[in-house]
Amino acid sequence: MAEQARTLAMGQDEARQDARGIVEAPFGRALVDLARSRPEIVGLTADLGKYTDILPFRDAFPDRFFNVGMAEQNLVAVAAGLARTGKIPYATTYGVFATRRAYDFIAIACAHSALDVKIIAGLPGLTTGYGGTHQAIEDLALMRMIPGLVVIDPCDATEIAQATAAIADHPGPVYMRLLRGNVPVVLDPAAYRFEIGKAKVLREGRDVGVVSTGLMTERALDAAAALAGRGLSVGVLHVSTLKPFDAEAVAGFAASVDRLVSAENHVAGGGLGSLVAECLFDRGIAKKLHRIGLPDRFIECGSVPHLQARFGLTSQRVAETIAGLV
Amino acid sequence: MRDNLYADTPDLQALRMRAKNLRRHILAMARGQGQGYVGQGLGIADLLAALYFHELRHDPQNVGWPDRDRFLLSTGHYSIALWAALAECGVIPLSELSTYGADGSRLDMSTLDTTPGVEIIGGSLGHGLGQGIGMALGLRLDGSPARVFVELSDGEMQEGATWEAAMAGAHFGLDNLVALIDCNGIQADGAVVLDMEPVAEKWRAFGWQTAEIDGNDMAAIVAALREAREGSGKPKAIVLRTLPGKGVPTLERREKAHFVRVDPGEWDALVAEFERTAETIDG
Ligand SMILES: Cc1ncc(C[n+]2csc(CCOP(=O)(O)OP(=O)(O)O)c2C)c(N)n1
Repeated sequence: MAEQARTLAMGQDEARQDARGIVEAPFGRALVDLARSRPEIVGLTADLGKYTDILPFRDAFPDRFFNVGMAEQNLVAVAAGLARTGKIPYATTYGVFATRRAYDFIAIACAHSALDVKIIAGLPGLTTGYGGTHQAIEDLALMRMIPGLVVIDPCDATEIAQATAAIADHPGPVYMRLLRGNVPVVLDPAAYRFEIGKAKVLREGRDVGVVSTGLMTERALDAAAALAGRGLSVGVLHVSTLKPFDAEAVAGFAASVDRLVSAENHVAGGGLGSLVAECLFDRGIAKKLHRIGLPDRFIECGSVPHLQARFGLTSQRVAETIAGLV
Repeated sequence: MRDNLYADTPDLQALRMRAKNLRRHILAMARGQGQGYVGQGLGIADLLAALYFHELRHDPQNVGWPDRDRFLLSTGHYSIALWAALAECGVIPLSELSTYGADGSRLDMSTLDTTPGVEIIGGSLGHGLGQGIGMALGLRLDGSPARVFVELSDGEMQEGATWEAAMAGAHFGLDNLVALIDCNGIQADGAVVLDMEPVAEKWRAFGWQTAEIDGNDMAAIVAALREAREGSGKPKAIVLRTLPGKGVPTLERREKAHFVRVDPGEWDALVAEFERTAETIDG
């Protein structure tokens, strides 16, 4: 029997096969840079400091860092209290625990009072092999339903760094998905400007337009490059912010392509794909939409590359899906 | 059917031998996997040996027996130890242990209730005790003699849900419920990050009949489990002080981390060290 891949330990990354640059812990680095000139920034975690890249902040500002233990409801409540004293708390845990266990605290303690709490959520979608308990497959849908909450799914190290700073300037609660550890650089830091609520066309195309968010933007760009070699013109619109949603940009992009695809590291219902459908229908734009995302089921344990390939989230699978549409 | 096993006089030597076997399985699985939660697994091997080979009334050939005692592993990431115990007592084949953590295996890094012998989904920590209370209430309603044993960790005591359950357990007077609290002194960020002491006094204050023992001392484990059979009208808590990596001196001494670091070339030496240490233990 061939050697099978195995579930990796928490905090370990699969080696990457491609030649993209890597930044280690872009969130932690950006937070440290920002906090030097912003004394009101504080950091919190619920026993996941090591696994959410916030240790550089703890090391640089030990008295502005609070590990509340494994207690996610209290994590968010404490962050809300800190915000009420004029601090800007960045609170880290995994997406599943923030959204499922502490939902009420995010909705009421933070969002209802529009408090300046930034929730940083690790292991988005299918980025861990630990199964249903650890895979935040429906967090975007849950979070986008909370009034007044900004919801961000960054695609790479460049965007994480820029968004970490940008959300400090946005007064109000934010839920941001985190890519941690060795994070690829997809966007050129000199050319790209992250703005809350603004989608960006990263690649022009006529035949198929992919509206993507999070790490699926990297996959969409790779798929588009591969398909260009086969004579297919594929555009990519990157939606970094699910809320507020850039409906204008999506509608404009949809009008410029023959076929429309959405791609998200999340269940295919309730997140980006649903937002795209809503915005097109609202505008009376009739266009067939193919939604790439996870199925409506809990996903098993396993090695991440195996799971991502199985559930259609790799560049190759995205390319196959697009090619199959035309 | 293995009925009322615990009426027997415990054979401590036989139980220690079982604990050694569990550790042997755990090391083999961790080695095959590349690591796994070997520190935690070695730490609770004695408890699982005492449960599966002495205290639990269960039937490995009939894991769905309605009157079985339930063992709930709340810390799903300790699965390595549960797989070892389930294989050692014949619920799953020993040969299957080598699939631990492999794609498609039912012996996952974190427990799912679809694997035979597993009562709940562990891993979203803080879920075990409340479900244990529900089972203890349900079994009591049915007049079942079955008892419910819930393993939980020191880290899980930081979750509010644990104390919500602790209050309910005492309120409902569940003397068919035993909480087994694995205090191994570590959590994800390293050494326990919030001071949980005094642990035993907290459980007493919440109305639980509480014992505190060396969780790697088989005689102490068996004695505490015996005391927990008492019909005192209170739920029982046993605070087990365990040593991560127990049985492999190098791992016992290694930096206390959620994942003990083991270099690929190190396994032979660690296994040899385990066997040498095991020889000095009567069992
Ligand atoms: C609700 C919840 N929050 C966070 C985690 C992530 N996590 C996994 S293990 C762990 C450490 C918990 O400490 P303990 O249970 O004492 O584990 P030990 O280090 O002894 O294995 C954490 C925080 C989780 N699995 N569930």
